[in-house]
Amino acid sequence: MKNKRWIVYLVFTALLMASPAMLNRYWTDVLNVVGLYVMLALSLNIILGHCGMFHMGHAAFYAVGAYTTAILNTTCNLPVLWLMPVSGLLAGLFALVIARPIIHLRGDYLLIVTIGFVEIVRIALINNVFGITGGANGIFGIDRPTVFGMKIRTPAQFFYLIWFFVAVTIFLFHKLEHSRFGRALNYIREDDVAAAGSGIDTAHYKLIAFVIGAVWAGFCGTLFAAKMTIIAPESFNFWESVLLFMIVLLGGRGSIPGVILGTFLVIGLPELFRQFATARMLVFGAVMIGMMIFRPEGILPPQPRAYRLDGSAEPEEAA
Amino acid sequence: MTLLHLEHLTKRFGGLMAVNNVSFDVPAGSIVGLIGPNGAGKTTVFNLITGNYRADNGQIVFDGRPIGSLPTHRIVALGVARTFQTIRLFQKLTALENVLAGCHCRMKSGSIAAMFQPPWQRAEEARALDKALAELRFVKLENQAMNLAENLSYGNQRLLEVARALATEPRLIILDEPAGGMNDQETARLIDTIRQIQARGVTVLLIEHDMSLVMKACEKIVVLENGAKIAEGGPREIQANPRVIEAYLGTEEE
Repeated sequence: MKNKRWIVYLVFTALLMASPAMLNRYWTDVLNVVGLYVMLALSLNIILGHCGMFHMGHAAFYAVGAYTTAILNTTCNLPVLWLMPVSGLLAGLFALVIARPIIHLRGDYLLIVTIGFVEIVRIALINNVFGITGGANGIFGIDRPTVFGMKIRTPAQFFYLIWFFVAVTIFLFHKLEHSRFGRALNYIREDDVAAAGSGIDTAHYKLIAFVIGAVWAGFCGTLFAAKMTIIAPESFNFWESVLLFMIVLLGGRGSIPGVILGTFLVIGLPELFRQFATARMLVFGAVMIGMMIFRPEGILPPQPRAYRLDGSAEPEEAA
Repeated sequence: MTLLHLEHLTKRFGGLMAVNNVSFDVPAGSIVGLIGPNGAGKTTVFNLITGNYRADNGQIVFDGRPIGSLPTHRIVALGVARTFQTIRLFQKLTALENVLAGCHCRMKSGSIAAMFQPPWQRAEEARALDKALAELRFVKLENQAMNLAENLSYGNQRLLEVARALATEPRLIILDEPAGGMNDQETARLIDTIRQIQARGVTVLLIEHDMSLVMKACEKIVVLENGAKIAEGGPREIQANPRVIEAYLGTEEE
């Protein structure tokens, strides 16, 4: 059973790694977009999937990361990829400031507040706050990233850059899941009164979950800015947040394979059915409704963590 | 020596006096029972001790230290663990992970250590796992370790809550109706378990409706009625106390 899953993962990874050679520029670019969304959705998965906080404003953190990179690159000429940690840090800081007062809100209340935040950020960007965001037109002329002196420009090059970061994200988040921290988030999701009663500082962990999610969304913002070379407020609207929310719910809350599959379905499938234009959204909506009724835990819900019960406590590497 | 000291504890919910000027001591190393008819305010007292509610008045002193204003997780870290009247396990997680929740407050590693898993973090995880398995063995649930909590029988779920509470390494454990929903056999086993908890040097404070359990296990009993303390003493004293009999059975109308 477990071995079978590993074979599926390996085949999938091999196919994915070879795909730029088999696909044209358009489809490679679709995979790049999917890659970005995988990373974003995995970061939201920490907040929504693991900790169970209904956060529908993730695009706000994505925007902070993208604009940080764009502004610092175009004004100070700092290399794009070096701005990744800065963007992550600023997005995390932003999350810390806005999440602190709302962290105790439950479910639907938190949802509404986070929707408010993402709209505030978008409108602030449109209105060119501090005169640095370029208003509705956004910012253009962002540099291409450079890796070891090589300028990344073709979709295939971007493919490997983006999916490299996706791989790092999966690796680190997998470790994060299998730890005291990951468990604490799950306890809070299951029952926060019992979690506090077991000695877990629930407010602290909720906040850290928010910050980690935001830092990663900030990293994604850098990649997005570098890939597009032009960013505008409309890239970070409410609908983006809804899509990410849907990916996590559809794929399986708290499950890395689930979130990846969810991203392929939510972002990739509509591309396949482009000729059906608006009808595809209809089907899409119907599928969502069906899922929520018949499989509310998502397509690939997380497996229970495995532990070695012979005394040595190395959690087994089961994703 | 007094481990837990309650003084003039008062809690109002709107017009309802849930706990009215209640004072009692829990001596270290003892098993103390808190009894009373339904709605007497027993669980409210527990919720006040564990920081789930804030008292309107009065003081809660644990080991010489006022804890009335501390958040729940700090109180747990100081050594007060609890179980819940309505079972509050993490239903979708395994029994083992439920107990690991209790180990949490004795561990240190955070999110960064989790991502990079240095040797000290791995060692800490190994210790926690050993500890959790030991607590599962203590309540005889070791063969259920990898079962989801929701798949355990009712009696076993209650025991799992006890194991989770014990994993916090408490000095005082507060059990809210631990025998609720248990059959006679399971209750007998529970009395054993409670005595073993005491033998480990952990003080026990419990709410229970099963009088045979209370009379067998408790050295001291506190009786509440309508939020106020009406009696306090050993099992024999309490059984003979006319006010207690009145509270439980009512008075005869002439």
